[in-house]
Amino acid sequence: MIRIFGILTGLLFTVAVLWSFIVDTGAAISEPAPETAEEKYHLYPKGPEGGFAHEGLFAKWDTAQLQRGYQVYKEVCSACHSLRLVAFRNLGEIGYDEGQVKAEAASWQVPGVDPNTGEATMVEGSPTDYFPKPYANDIAARAANNNAIPPDLSLITKARHDGTNYVYDLLTGYREQPAELVEEFPEAKTAEGQYYNPFFHSLNISMAPPLTGTGQGTYGEGNPEPTIEQMAEDVTAFPAWTAEPALVKRRQAGWAFLLFLVFATVLAYFSKKQVWARAKGGDVGEASVKED
Amino acid sequence: MADQAIADNEGAAAVVTEGDGVRRRDFINIAAVSAAGIGGLAVVIPLVSQMSASKDVLAESTTEVDISSLQPGQAIKAVFRKQPVFVRSLTEAEIAAAESVSLNALRDPETLAERTVEGHTNILVTMGVCTHLGCVPLGAGDGENRGEFGGYFCPCHGSQFDTAGRIRKGPAPTNLEVPEYAFQSDTLIRIG
Amino acid sequence: MSFPWAQQYEPKNGLTKFLDEKLPLPRLVYNAVGAGYPVPRNLSYFWNFGVLAGFCLVLQIVTGVVLAMHYAPNTLVAFDSTEHIMRNVNWGWLMRYAHANGASAFFVVVYIHIFRGLYYSSYKAPREMIWLLGVVIFLLMMATAFMGYVLPWGQMSYWGAKVITGLFGAIPLVGEGIQNWLLGGFAPDNAALNRFFSLHFLLPFVIAGVVILHIWALHIPGSSNPTGVEVKKESDTLPFHPYYTAKDGFGLGVFLIIYFAFVFFMPNALGHPDNYIPANPLSTPANIVPEWYFWPFYAILRAFTADFFFVPAKLMGVLAMFASILVWFFLPWLDKSPVRSGHYRPLFRKFFWFGLIPAIVVLGYCGGAHLSTTTILLSQIFTAYYFLHFLVILPIISLIERPEPMPYSITEAVLGHDPDSKLGPKPTTASPAKA
Repeated sequence: MIRIFGILTGLLFTVAVLWSFIVDTGAAISEPAPETAEEKYHLYPKGPEGGFAHEGLFAKWDTAQLQRGYQVYKEVCSACHSLRLVAFRNLGEIGYDEGQVKAEAASWQVPGVDPNTGEATMVEGSPTDYFPKPYANDIAARAANNNAIPPDLSLITKARHDGTNYVYDLLTGYREQPAELVEEFPEAKTAEGQYYNPFFHSLNISMAPPLTGTGQGTYGEGNPEPTIEQMAEDVTAFPAWTAEPALVKRRQAGWAFLLFLVFATVLAYFSKKQVWARAKGGDVGEASVKED
Repeated sequence: MADQAIADNEGAAAVVTEGDGVRRRDFINIAAVSAAGIGGLAVVIPLVSQMSASKDVLAESTTEVDISSLQPGQAIKAVFRKQPVFVRSLTEAEIAAAESVSLNALRDPETLAERTVEGHTNILVTMGVCTHLGCVPLGAGDGENRGEFGGYFCPCHGSQFDTAGRIRKGPAPTNLEVPEYAFQSDTLIRIG
Repeated sequence: MSFPWAQQYEPKNGLTKFLDEKLPLPRLVYNAVGAGYPVPRNLSYFWNFGVLAGFCLVLQIVTGVVLAMHYAPNTLVAFDSTEHIMRNVNWGWLMRYAHANGASAFFVVVYIHIFRGLYYSSYKAPREMIWLLGVVIFLLMMATAFMGYVLPWGQMSYWGAKVITGLFGAIPLVGEGIQNWLLGGFAPDNAALNRFFSLHFLLPFVIAGVVILHIWALHIPGSSNPTGVEVKKESDTLPFHPYYTAKDGFGLGVFLIIYFAFVFFMPNALGHPDNYIPANPLSTPANIVPEWYFWPFYAILRAFTADFFFVPAKLMGVLAMFASILVWFFLPWLDKSPVRSGHYRPLFRKFFWFGLIPAIVVLGYCGGAHLSTTTILLSQIFTAYYFLHFLVILPIISLIERPEPMPYSITEAVLGHDPDSKLGPKPTTASPAKA
């Protein structure tokens, strides 16, 4: 009885889903989905040549690079992008000493309260404060940025597919829109106030090319020239750190854990082997596997 | 566990060769079980330490207090490590009262000078936490009961503190704690 | 315990004697997972996954309780409290990654456990109750995992909650009311987040309870084994301890190496980047997908695109998705072949390896991929196969199949001969399952 009922139910679902299949196949043949500009021109990120200093199973943060990246963030990105999950005290983790952290914190204005009147005001940052937001709210952010909200950068490299390479390629990927693209897909033409960037999902991004290579400050002595590529790499490494500050510690703990586990598992294997040697007829677990 | 088990099964298990083999085998079992034990203990470390103060809490370990508007006889409450701290400007009379007490009469002998910073003996900074069971004593706010000794009075179990924040009567075992602090300027105190 | 040759617990010292009289817990453990439980001696490594699943449950409860000490179930701070765990709490990143990847590990282990049961027909008499309880555990796991994924309140959390509760909206007449009741509002918000947190904390303990019933039911007939031939005598079995404790210990080591390789070196490989974007009720991600372990079921849901007579496509998809799991409840009565193990069932084996497994793999791929004509058409074909396999093919092959020769006993399967076998080393008729 259950089997007859089961067969009928099974046939019902099968027929229903095959009906969908027929309808969809018909639709796919009669009106195939048109190709879109995004499918044809979107590029997947590759990242800088040679990768980032912190990539690799044993790699550590390049603190000089992170400091340069912080400098670029402060001088360029922070005008529009927040970094709300990071506190100034965290800068101590990328090689700044206590005094420098304090000085950096004090160089930012953060929201505070006037101790006498209780009114909201801006005060000098202290190490426990978090990076301030450039806009009071989303509406202000939209109004100032051609109706696009600049995303927060604290987690940006984890919030995009292949995020670290994506950020780098996005920053260096601005170019002229190909003429044949406009010819083929006139509606995909870069609009006023937008910029063509094949690494962006919709190909046209509202952020103006942020790195210009010249006139955007200089790196301190002993650092490389601030070319667009160099600055892009630095300012990508910085949010890679803000997204995953425990990265290096995690890898180190991981190696210790794994080495110990391999050792313990080898012991467990020999222990198991010797326990099973007692069973008459040898390791029956393996015998049955052989029989398969 | 496993080595214990082997002992248990010595009779039941069919073939056990005698001699060196047994010792070597026992060693492997003991080693495997010990490794499991060490691994288990290692896991306890993060499980326990996750409960101790997190980085953001530890970072909030200093407080700055502006005392420019503090008049003699007044006190202000500030927050230090999520607990109240009392900053009190002592009057001449209160200083005299505190200094006139004989140390022998005190449960927890300390002089006012020992409890304040040199050059600023009129500014008394103490935790607003009764050393008995942690209530907040009265006496820092205007018009609050300051107790028999003119300092602080804890309403929970009646501990009485004098003008130097020292325990004089009641169940509290020690004086109100003086946190680490320093004068950044004449009007700015940094606690912690 | 049903085997008369099972070793008996004997308290050795004063303390264990006292305990055995007042609260015989050591005896219980001894009979459940100790020397007092005789187990078929021919279990392969596929039989390790039950113990591993139990380990995963403990792992998830331990790390979950720790995370709950720092997490705040409020839409304003849920995302930030998760990041607080990652950034400020001592070892918090380890706890969170261990919990998130622990969920994936739990499903990997349980899926292998389930498919082992399917291949060796462990659901057949006398083990129907073990199987039914197992399916209940799986359903509870799915609910728990879904609600846990909502807690970080990222984009995928929010839209996952919205889409999954939307499934109930497909029910005619009362659907919308049920959806609003589940969410405590018109869209996921504080009410939903709070109840999901509460239930996410509760359900693992319910699972633990059902796991105890699952193991209890297992100890009535004893474990199944790769030959599917029931235990006949003492030489067919070995005491669980030390034989299978040692084997499980080694298996656990291998499992932990793979698991921690993910936790420490690619903790986000199985997650979705969009969940690192805080929930935004005004913007839907380009491709809403659940976690990988739901992909096959999600593909079945998306396969139904056309209204079927008077049944709307949406309702049909929801019914099919639930039916795809509920059908497992009926397996013991759909597959009536007297032979258990797929080893001795040539036709069943072909459909298992060349039908069911590829179907589930392709459905899994389609469920996680971007929606396109290709993935939709593929999921439709393999959804059809999925239902045909369980509801039509299994009942029919159990009628027409000729099983291959089976060993007389487990002893014979292991040693090649059994002195008790009267039919010689290779009997030709299948030994039927216990009635």
